[in-house]
Amino acid sequence: MADAASNDGFVVFDRVQKSYDGVNLVVKDLNLSIAQGEFLTMLGPSGSGKTTCLMMLAGFETATHGDIRLDGRPINNIPPHKRGIGMVFQNYALFPHMTVAENLAFPLEVRKLGKSEREAKVKRALEMVQMGEFGGRRPAQLSGGQQQRIALARALVFEPELVLMDEPLGALDKQLREHMQFEITRLAHELGITTVYVTHDQTEALTMSDNVAVFDDGRIQQLAPPAQLYEKPENSFVAQFIGENNTLEGVVTELNGDTCVVRLDDGEELDATPVNVSKVGERTKVSIRPERVEFNKDRLHADAHLLKAEVMEFIYMGDVFRTRLRVAGNDEFIIKSRNAPDQVRLEPGSQIEIGWLPQDCRALDA
Amino acid sequence: MSDTTLDGPVLAADGTPLKRSLARALRRQKLRALMLIAPLLIFILVTFIMPVADMLFRSVENGIVEDTLPRTVVALADWDADSGELPSEAVFAAMAADLKDAAEAKTHTKVGSRLNYENPGISSLFRKTGRRAKKFDIEADGPWKEQLIDINDGWGEREVWRTIQTYSPTYTAGYYLNAVDMQVGTDGAEMRPEDERIYMLLLKRTLWMSLLITFSCILLGYPVAWILANLPMRQANLLMILVLLPFWTSLLVRTSAWKILLQQQGVINDILVWIGLVADDNRLVMINNQFGTIVAMTHILLPFMILPMYSVMQTIPPSYLRAAKSLGATDWTAFWRVYFPQTVPGIGAGSILVFILAIGYYITPALVGGTTGTFISNRIAFHISTSLNWGLAAALGAILLAVVLALYWAYDKIVGIDNVKLG
Ligand SMILES: Nc1ncnc2c1ncn2[C@@H]1O[C@H](COP(=O)(O)OP(=O)(O)OP(=O)(O)O)[C@@H](O)[C@H]1O
Ligand SMILES: [Mg+2]
Repeated sequence: MADAASNDGFVVFDRVQKSYDGVNLVVKDLNLSIAQGEFLTMLGPSGSGKTTCLMMLAGFETATHGDIRLDGRPINNIPPHKRGIGMVFQNYALFPHMTVAENLAFPLEVRKLGKSEREAKVKRALEMVQMGEFGGRRPAQLSGGQQQRIALARALVFEPELVLMDEPLGALDKQLREHMQFEITRLAHELGITTVYVTHDQTEALTMSDNVAVFDDGRIQQLAPPAQLYEKPENSFVAQFIGENNTLEGVVTELNGDTCVVRLDDGEELDATPVNVSKVGERTKVSIRPERVEFNKDRLHADAHLLKAEVMEFIYMGDVFRTRLRVAGNDEFIIKSRNAPDQVRLEPGSQIEIGWLPQDCRALDA
Repeated sequence: MSDTTLDGPVLAADGTPLKRSLARALRRQKLRALMLIAPLLIFILVTFIMPVADMLFRSVENGIVEDTLPRTVVALADWDADSGELPSEAVFAAMAADLKDAAEAKTHTKVGSRLNYENPGISSLFRKTGRRAKKFDIEADGPWKEQLIDINDGWGEREVWRTIQTYSPTYTAGYYLNAVDMQVGTDGAEMRPEDERIYMLLLKRTLWMSLLITFSCILLGYPVAWILANLPMRQANLLMILVLLPFWTSLLVRTSAWKILLQQQGVINDILVWIGLVADDNRLVMINNQFGTIVAMTHILLPFMILPMYSVMQTIPPSYLRAAKSLGATDWTAFWRVYFPQTVPGIGAGSILVFILAIGYYITPALVGGTTGTFISNRIAFHISTSLNWGLAAALGAILLAVVLALYWAYDKIVGIDNVKLG
C-alpha cells in the first residue's frame, strides 16, 4: 500500500474516493504524494480508475470524498481553467479548426499574452518537439506521432508545473512509441516538470518513471520505483501484473526471520522470503521471476530445497532461452536463461531439479 | 509513384495501357451504379426536372396570341403605336376574321384573359365582341373599323392595340416584368405606378421573414441540439422523439393549434390578461400578421435546424472542451473559440434547409399570415388556382428559384459549401 499522504508532496491525494453512480466506488481509498519534478506513472488494468484519478486532478470530475492538494492548496473548489495543469489527452484533442500554431497559441491567448511573446513561445515550443516547420498545418494533416508531439507541446507551452498525460502513446506503433517515450522523459526532466502519466503498458511504465503506482480495483496496490516494483512486488497482483512471473500455491510450514519454508500442495517444499505472511499454517502464493530460477545445483546453498521439474518445451528466443516446465502440477512454469556459450539447453522430456535463492522467491498473499 | 515509366505508359497484364483498362473497369462500375439509381433518376426527372422546365418555359411562352389571332398579328406588325392613329382598316378586317374563327373554336375568351393580365378590360372586350363574331360575314360586311368600334368602343382605343401588338411575339418577358412590378410603357419597360407594386414588396417580405425564422430557429435549436448531443443515450432518445413530434402531427393541425393559442380570445392572451400584464380591452394581436407567421413557421421548421446541428455536435468529443479548459479557457471562451466553430457546419446546413423551406412555404402563411404575413408563394398559389395566370405564377416561381440559387452561391462563397454537414 502507498504511504499515507501525510508528508507534503507537490500533489497530494488524501483519502480520495470517487463514485459515479452512488453505488460503486471507482476509486476506493487513494493516498498518493508526488514530489516536485517527479515522473509518476499510474499503471493498471482497464477500468481500474486511472483516468478517473487524472480527471479529478485536472478538475473535470469531483472527488466524492477526500482532499486533493496541489502545492499545499486544496483544489477541490478551483475550476479546471484556473488549475494551470497541462494535459495531454489520449486522442490528443487538438482543435481541428485551428492550425498547429493557433492550437499552441490558444493557452497563451487566453492568458492574454502579447502577440510577439506569444509567437516566440509558440516557436520555441514547436522547436522543442522538433516540429518547427509544421506551424501552418491543420491537425488533420499530421501523422499520429506528429499530432502527439503537438499535443505535448501544447500542454507545455504555457509552462505548467504539472502535466497530466492519459495514455498518450496508445495509438502509436512500437518504434514511434519508444521514440516518444524517450522524448517525453527527456522533456520532463529538462524542464523540471512534475508529470503524472497514465498507461497500461508496463514496459512504458518501467522505462519512463521515477515512481510507478500500480492501480487495481480502485486502490494503489504498490507505489515504488520501477526496479523495486519488479524485484520486490508486495502482493500477488503486482507480481502477476508486472513482468513475467511464476506462481506456486502452498502453506507456510516454517517461519524464521526473513526466510520461510512453504509446502506446496503436492508435498514438496521450497524456500521463500515472507512478505505477506505472518504465521505458520497460512496459505500463500509464492512468486518467482523466470530469470531467477536456477537449475545448476552448484550455485545454490547446500541445504537449499529443490523441486522436481519436467521439461515440457524449449523455446529459442535469440538472446535468451525460454523453457517451459511442469512443476508441482503447474504446466506453465517458465524459466529463462541467458544465451551464453556454456549455457545448457534443456531437452524436452528430461527430469531436472530446480531451486532458487530465498530472497528471489516471495511468499505473498494467497 | 508515377503512372508512366521512362518507356511510356504503364501497361496492364493484357498489354493495354493501364489508364485505358482502368477507365474501362470504372465505366462498367459506373454503368452498374447508374442502373441501380435509374428508377430514382426517372422519378426525379418526371416529378421534378420536367415540371421545373415546364414552369420555366411557361414563364416566357406566349404563343396564344399568335395562334388565335394569326392574321391580326401579321397585319399589326407595321403599325406604329406612337403615331397617334388607330391601325388601318386592313388590321381591323384581319381582327374580325380572326375573331370569327376564334369564336367558332371558342378560343376568343382565352386570348382575352391572356391580354387582360396586361391591360384590364380586354377580356370583356373579346367576350362581348366574340358573341357577335360568329355571324360576321367578312366579305360582305364592313368597313370593319366602324363595325368593331360600333360593337364596342374598346376597339377605338390605341392602348388596346398597343397591348395586342406588344404581346404578339411567341415569347415574352412580360410575365417577368410583371413579377418585378414593371410594365411595358410607351418607352419600353418602366415601373408600375406606386400603388400597383406588390411583388417586390412580397419578395422582400418573404426573404426578410425567412431570415427571421431561420435566425429564431438557430437561437431556439442550438441549445436543444446541444442538450441532445450531451445527454445519456436514453434521455437523448426521448428528447429526440419530442423534437420529431411535430413531424408526426398534421401541418394543418399544428397551424390551427397556433391559431387557438395566439388569437385575441386565445390561451396566451387569456393568461396575460389574467396575470394582469395586458388590459382586457387591449389584447395583443398575435395572429394573422407577421408575428403569427414567424412563430408558427419557426415551430414547424425547428426540427430541420435541430437535426443537422445535432448530428454535427454528436461528432465533437467532449475532450475538446476539456482540453480548452485545461489550457486555461473559461467556460465561455472554451465554448466560443473551440466548440462553436466546430458546430458551424451544422448551423450552416440547418440554416440552408430552414431558409429554403421557409422561402417557399405556403400553408402556414396562408392560414395565420393575414394580409401582412403572407409570402410570395401565397401569391403564386393565387395565380395558379384563382386568377389562372400561370405565366405570371411561373415567372414568380422562377424568380424565387433564382434567388435561392443566388443565396446558395453566396453562401458557398462566404462559408464554403463543403462546410455543410447534413448528417
Ligand atoms: N462518466 C462515467 N460514469 C460512470 N462510470 C464511469 C464513468 N467514467 C468511468 N466510469 C467507470 O469507472 C471505472 C474506472 O474508469 P476509468 O476510466 O478511470 O478507468 P481507467 O483505469 O482509465 O481504464 P482504461 O485503462 O481502460 O482507460 C470503470 O469501471 C468505468 O466504467
Ligand atoms: Mg483511461
